[in-house]
Amino acid sequence: MSIALTPLVRRRRRRQRRFLTKAAAIGLGIFLLVWTLLPVYNMLLMALDSDADEFTGSLWPPDPDFSSFASVWNEDYWLMAHFWHQFANSLYLGVATMGLTVLIGSLASFALSRLRLRKGWIITDFALLTYVLPTAFLAIPFVHIMHRYGLSDSLWSVIAAMVAFATPYAILILHQYGKLIPMELDESAKVDGASPWQIYLRIYLPLMAPALVAVGVYALLLAWNEYLYQYLLLSSTRNMTVAVAINQFFDSDEAPWNYMMAIAVIYSLPPIAIYFGLRRFMVAGLTMGGVKG
Amino acid sequence: MSSTQQVLTFGRSIVAEESRRPRWHIRLQGSDTSWAIAFLIPYVAIFVAFVAYPVVFGLWMGASPTLYGLLLSDPRYVTTAINTLLFVAIGVNVKMFLAFLLSGFFMNRSWWVRSLLVIYLLPWALPGLVVFTSIHFMLVTQWGLLDSLWRAVTGDDGPLFLVSTAMAMTANIVAYIWKWMPFWTLIFLAARMSIPQDIYDAAEIDGASGYRRLIYVTFPLMANIYLICTLLSCVWTLGDFPTVYFVSSGAPARTTDVLATYGFHEAFDFGYPNLGVAAMMSALPLLIPLVILLMRRVRATGVQL
Repeated sequence: MSIALTPLVRRRRRRQRRFLTKAAAIGLGIFLLVWTLLPVYNMLLMALDSDADEFTGSLWPPDPDFSSFASVWNEDYWLMAHFWHQFANSLYLGVATMGLTVLIGSLASFALSRLRLRKGWIITDFALLTYVLPTAFLAIPFVHIMHRYGLSDSLWSVIAAMVAFATPYAILILHQYGKLIPMELDESAKVDGASPWQIYLRIYLPLMAPALVAVGVYALLLAWNEYLYQYLLLSSTRNMTVAVAINQFFDSDEAPWNYMMAIAVIYSLPPIAIYFGLRRFMVAGLTMGGVKG
Repeated sequence: MSSTQQVLTFGRSIVAEESRRPRWHIRLQGSDTSWAIAFLIPYVAIFVAFVAYPVVFGLWMGASPTLYGLLLSDPRYVTTAINTLLFVAIGVNVKMFLAFLLSGFFMNRSWWVRSLLVIYLLPWALPGLVVFTSIHFMLVTQWGLLDSLWRAVTGDDGPLFLVSTAMAMTANIVAYIWKWMPFWTLIFLAARMSIPQDIYDAAEIDGASGYRRLIYVTFPLMANIYLICTLLSCVWTLGDFPTVYFVSSGAPARTTDVLATYGFHEAFDFGYPNLGVAAMMSALPLLIPLVILLMRRVRATGVQL
């Protein structure tokens, strides 16, 4: 059939098809943009509406008003009287989880992949099983156990849970990335008289830096974004995190939703900043070991 | 193996070491093992105290058979179990299939697609609590954003999303897809990019282009990773808590609960922790085969999780 067509017609058809493909791609792009940003836009819409009790139901804020952000900043509403303290708690939780996950995960993966421990696969398998486990299923026994450990209403109980759930991923990723570092480096350091601890500190850690950043960001975001364990394990106003504080609005009789959404927007800023700043490491964390063939 | 001996061995020159390699190797193996054990102690301690113990404790809490009789006699539990199955079966499969298709779209490396990818991945980084709460408020009648959009387009009041069980469940599933599709798109995108271009070139010569390329080249090469990701996502989604807890909150009248939220309410609102654990453990007959299948696929294909 194509033989019958003159080159001119064929070229025009090809151009037409290319134009249609491009138009479809742009249409899909616009749809994805709206789809992704709609819930985010809704947060801003609600936070900027000063009339909290009677929302007008408009598509954009009738008179944008930053007073709810100012109120959160100054903590002048009883449900957010300790907002900055709780923000610091969230930060503490995230950073402690990050540090411990990187430390414990790197130590374990060094032992498993560089020191070639016999039967080490047992530990790797248990790590894989923990990684696969849906963590919400452990929440109820976890609360009971934290009572026994005397850690109820302590940030450290949440840190312990988050570290326990994040290290398996750290071990798997670091194990995978570690394969790129030649064993000859360890061997020659050993010959020069370095102890395993020195090899870990001077060779392993510096060379693993990109993977360690990926693991650290993963642990930080896991702890920051997780909700269930923080809600169950932290009860007092002094010890609770922003995530728990946000939920308190639902239990209250008044409903200043604009304050709640302002808190939610502020709470989302650190993950967004981390995402834009360290996107490369986060993506690399997935592709270097992540679920990849 | 005395310490002085070790110091002496360490102090020797490399040339001397080379000649005595076997003995040196054997001797260090022993000390390596003790170092390895020392390095592993923190992880093993964390694992035993905060993973193994809760698991065993949970199994013990949910061990009594009478609990399961109680569960089955609760009509809410039966609804919950069906909801969970629907949530996993529809949510995971639709999400995975769309993520697979979209990963093809994002293979386009023009500047605007790349910038779109950055924005598109945002839900992955945002806290579930925040975005699901926002989606919940979008669905509220009278003033929710979706209601307003509906009114702007049709002039009528929007549907009562959270009053109908079917619509509330759909909302849960759509919100779940919104949150997790970007993550899996990224995974599939990475897998697609690792397919060498020459395979496509060879297929092109054999006459495979357009959709045939997708069916006969891309999909067979990604079948393993697609299957493994789907299994993994099924396991995680079986225990999904925040989506339903925030989006529909079980509304209307606790008919859209899934296992995790049902167990949560039994344990912490009604004060029956054992029943809550039993509800979650009732997922084990599905969870265990999925995990075994997943582990075997991982072993067989060498795909790294």
